[in-house]
Amino acid sequence: MDSSLFFGIASIAYILAMVAYIVYLAFRKSTVGVIATTITTVGFVSHTIAFIMRWKEFYEIGRMGILRAIPLTNLYESLIFFVWCLILGYLIIEWKYKNRSFGAFITPIAGMALAFIDISGMDKNIHPLIPALQSNWLLAHVTMSFTAYATFAISFATALMYLVVTSENKKGAPYLFWTITLGIFVSVLVAMGIDFFVFRVAAGSPESFIKSYLFKATFRNSSAAVSVVSYAAAVAFIYIVWKYGLVLRNVITSFSISPSLLDDLTYKCIAVGFPIFTLGGLVFGAIWADQAWGRYWTWDPKETWSLITWFVYAFYLHARFLRGWRGTKISVLAVIGFVCTVFTYLGVNLLLSGLHSYGGG
Amino acid sequence: MSNDQKNNGIFDKIWNLFSSIKLAVVVFSVISITSIVGTVIEQQAEPERNIKLLSKLFGDSFAPAAFHILDTLGFTDMFRSWWFLALLFIFASNLIVCSIERLPKILKVVREPIRPLAAEHLSALPIKKETVLKEQSGKVLEYASDILKRNGFRAAVRQEDGAVQLYGEKGRYSRVGVYVTHFSILLILAGAVIGMLFGFNASLQLMEGTASSVAYKSNGTTIPLGFQIRCDYFNADFYDNTDIPKAYRSRLTVLENGREIVKKEIDVNNPLRFKGITFYQASYGYAPGKDSVFEFKVTSKAGKKEDINVKFGETFTIPGTAVTGRVVDFSPALGADESGKLYTYSEMMNNPAAFVEFLERGAVKYRQWILVRYPQTWKVGDGIVEFTHLWGVQYTGLQVRKDPGVWIVYLGCLIMSVGLYASFFMNHARIWIQLKDEKGGTKVVIAGTANKNKLSFEHKIDKITNQLRVKGQR
Repeated sequence: MDSSLFFGIASIAYILAMVAYIVYLAFRKSTVGVIATTITTVGFVSHTIAFIMRWKEFYEIGRMGILRAIPLTNLYESLIFFVWCLILGYLIIEWKYKNRSFGAFITPIAGMALAFIDISGMDKNIHPLIPALQSNWLLAHVTMSFTAYATFAISFATALMYLVVTSENKKGAPYLFWTITLGIFVSVLVAMGIDFFVFRVAAGSPESFIKSYLFKATFRNSSAAVSVVSYAAAVAFIYIVWKYGLVLRNVITSFSISPSLLDDLTYKCIAVGFPIFTLGGLVFGAIWADQAWGRYWTWDPKETWSLITWFVYAFYLHARFLRGWRGTKISVLAVIGFVCTVFTYLGVNLLLSGLHSYGGG
Repeated sequence: MSNDQKNNGIFDKIWNLFSSIKLAVVVFSVISITSIVGTVIEQQAEPERNIKLLSKLFGDSFAPAAFHILDTLGFTDMFRSWWFLALLFIFASNLIVCSIERLPKILKVVREPIRPLAAEHLSALPIKKETVLKEQSGKVLEYASDILKRNGFRAAVRQEDGAVQLYGEKGRYSRVGVYVTHFSILLILAGAVIGMLFGFNASLQLMEGTASSVAYKSNGTTIPLGFQIRCDYFNADFYDNTDIPKAYRSRLTVLENGREIVKKEIDVNNPLRFKGITFYQASYGYAPGKDSVFEFKVTSKAGKKEDINVKFGETFTIPGTAVTGRVVDFSPALGADESGKLYTYSEMMNNPAAFVEFLERGAVKYRQWILVRYPQTWKVGDGIVEFTHLWGVQYTGLQVRKDPGVWIVYLGCLIMSVGLYASFFMNHARIWIQLKDEKGGTKVVIAGTANKNKLSFEHKIDKITNQLRVKGQR
C-alpha cells in the first residue's frame, strides 16, 4: 500500500461528495446530506493518511530533515494540499454553522482542482529537492500560503452565495456578475470533464497540457465547427443561468441562510486568510528568497501577482469602512480576489514565467 | 471624513484626500492593474522578445506600435519607472497621513481606562445577559472576580447604592494593531529605499583557485569589495543516477592584505557574509583549462594509500608497484547511447570521467574510464584509483549583495506579524457585571462590548454567565 491508493480513495470520495451535496441542495433530503458529510469525512481521513504516508515516502527518498521532506514541492502536491485545506475548512464551517448547503458551492472547487490534476496528467512522482528548495522556509511558506488560498476559496463560495441570495433585479449588475461568474465556472468544469473523457490524457506536465490538450475537445477543437458550437453552448449555458438564476436564490434562501451570515463568513475567512497570506506568502517568501538568492523582492511574476492578490484583499478589508460598499460590492471584490489567487497559483506558472518551480511538474 | 470647523483651503483638501480610505483603495487598484501589465510584458528584456509576445496578442502589424507605446510609457521596466515609484510614494503618504489623522483619537480611547457604567448605559449595551443567583452579592462578588480573572479580565470593583459593579477589559492595545501594521509597511518601504540608495546587487564568477577584489553590476559597472574573495573549491552534487542537482558548494576564503581572514563553505540556502557584503551561491559553469588538476586517491592491492594530484598527461605511480598511470582523455559528462557508444552529453561537469592509461615497463597494461560519481569504475587491475575531483575547471557564480536596508525590512516584517495578529486575532473586549441584592438572592446583569469578533465575545459572555450559575448553585 502506498499513498497513491489513499489519494485515489480521497479523490473519488470528494467527487461523490460534490454530487451528493448538489443533490442535497436540489432535493433537500436530509439523508442525502448525512451521506454527503460522511463521504466527505471518509475522503478527508483517507486524504490525511495519504498525506502523512507521502511525507514518509519522501523522507525516505530524500534522506534529509523530516521538516524539509514535506510533500509540497510541485504543482501536484500543492494542489492536493490545497484541496485538503479546503475540505478541512469546509468541514469546520459545516460543523460550526450546522448547515450543509455550503457544500454544494465549496466541494466543486475541490472537484475542479482534482479534475485538473487528473486530466492534465501531471507528474505525480516524488522528486528529490533541488538546492533552492532545501530550506526550512519551504514548510512555513508553502503550508501558510495554501492555508490562505483555501480560506480565500471558501470566501469565494460564500461571497458568490451572498450575491445569489441578495440580487433580485435580473438587469442589475450584481445579478449579471454572479450568473456570468457561475456560468463560466461551471462551463470550464464541464469542458475539462469532456477533455477527460475524450483524451484521458497524459501530457507529462501541466504546461504541455495547457498548450496541447486543455479545451481541445471543446473550445480549442481543431474543427472550427466544434469550437464555435462549444462557445455557443457555453454562452447558452450562461444565459440559462441568468434566466433561471432566481431559482437558485430560492433554493439557498430556503436553507435559512441569511445574507448577513454569508457576509460575515466571507469576512471571517478573509480575516483569517489575509494575515496568514501576508505573513506566510509574502513575508516568509521574501525572507526565503533573501536567504537563497540574496534578493527579497524582484518583481518576478509570481511575486507581483501575490502582491496584486494582496492588494485586492486589502481593498476588500478597507472597503468595509466605505459607505455603500458593504454587502454587494465587497462580495464582488471577494470573488475577484479568489480569481487573482487562482491566477497567482496556477496562471503564473502555466502562462507566465518565473523563478518558482511549481508547474514544472 | 472632513472636519467642518476646518477652513477648506487647498492644503486641507489635499490633507483630507490623503487621509481617506477612498484614496487608499484607488491606489490599491491602480497599483494592481498596472502591475498586471508588468507581469505580462517581460521586464528589462530585449525589445524583440516583447514584440514577439505582443504580436501573439495583437497580431504582427500592431505589435511594433504597441511595443513603442508601452515602452514610452515605461511598461518595459515599469517597477523602476518614475510613475510607479510615484504610486508607491502616494501609497506611503496615504499611510502616513491617515495614521497622523486617526492615531491620536485611537490612542485616547486606548489610554482611557474602563469605568463603571450607570444603569441606563448598562442596559443599552448590545451584549447583555441576566441571571439570578441564590447567594448574597457579597458572596457572589468573591467568586465572580475569580471567574473574570480566569477569563482574562482583571476586574475592578465599585460599590454603588444597593449594588456592586465589577468591570474589566482586555486587548485594549489591539486597537492600535492596524496602525502597527501600517507602520510596518512604511518601515519595509523605507528599508527598500535605503537598500536602493546605499546598497548594490552584483555578480561575480570565480574560477577555482582564483580571487577577485571586485564584483560586477548587470550594467557592467565594477564595484570594489574592499577585500579579496577567493574560491578554493567548487563542487556540484547530484542525486544518485540522475542529473537532478542535490547541492552546489563553494569553499570561499576572504583575504585582506594577503592574509586569510575567513573561510566558509557556502551553498544555495547558506551564504557568506563579510563586512556588510553577502555572497550567495547562484550558479556555476565549466571552463576547461590546461592547468587543471586531477585529484586521485590511489590504494594499491597491498593497502598502500596515496593522494595524487596530476595534470593532464602527467604520470603517477600506484604506490608500491611499478605500474604508472596517466590521464589521456577527459569528459565532463560521460554518457553512453543505446548502442553503448560513449559520448559527452553535457558541457557541464555532470558526470566527470577520466580515461586513464596504465603502463608497466613502458608498455600499456590496460586503459580504463574512471568516473567521479561511480565507485564501481575505480577498481583497476592493480588497486583502487578513486577519482575525487577535477580542480580548476569550474567556476562558481556568486550573487554579491550589499543591502544596509535589509535589517529594516526584516524588522518591518517582524512588526507586521505583531500588527496583523493584533488586528485580526485580538479584540478590545469590555465587560461589566452588576450585582444587586434581591429577596433571597442576587440579581446579576452581565454586559459587554467588543470592537471586533462580536459573536465570539458573545459566546464568552455566555460562558461566564454559565460559570457564575454553576458556582452559584453550589
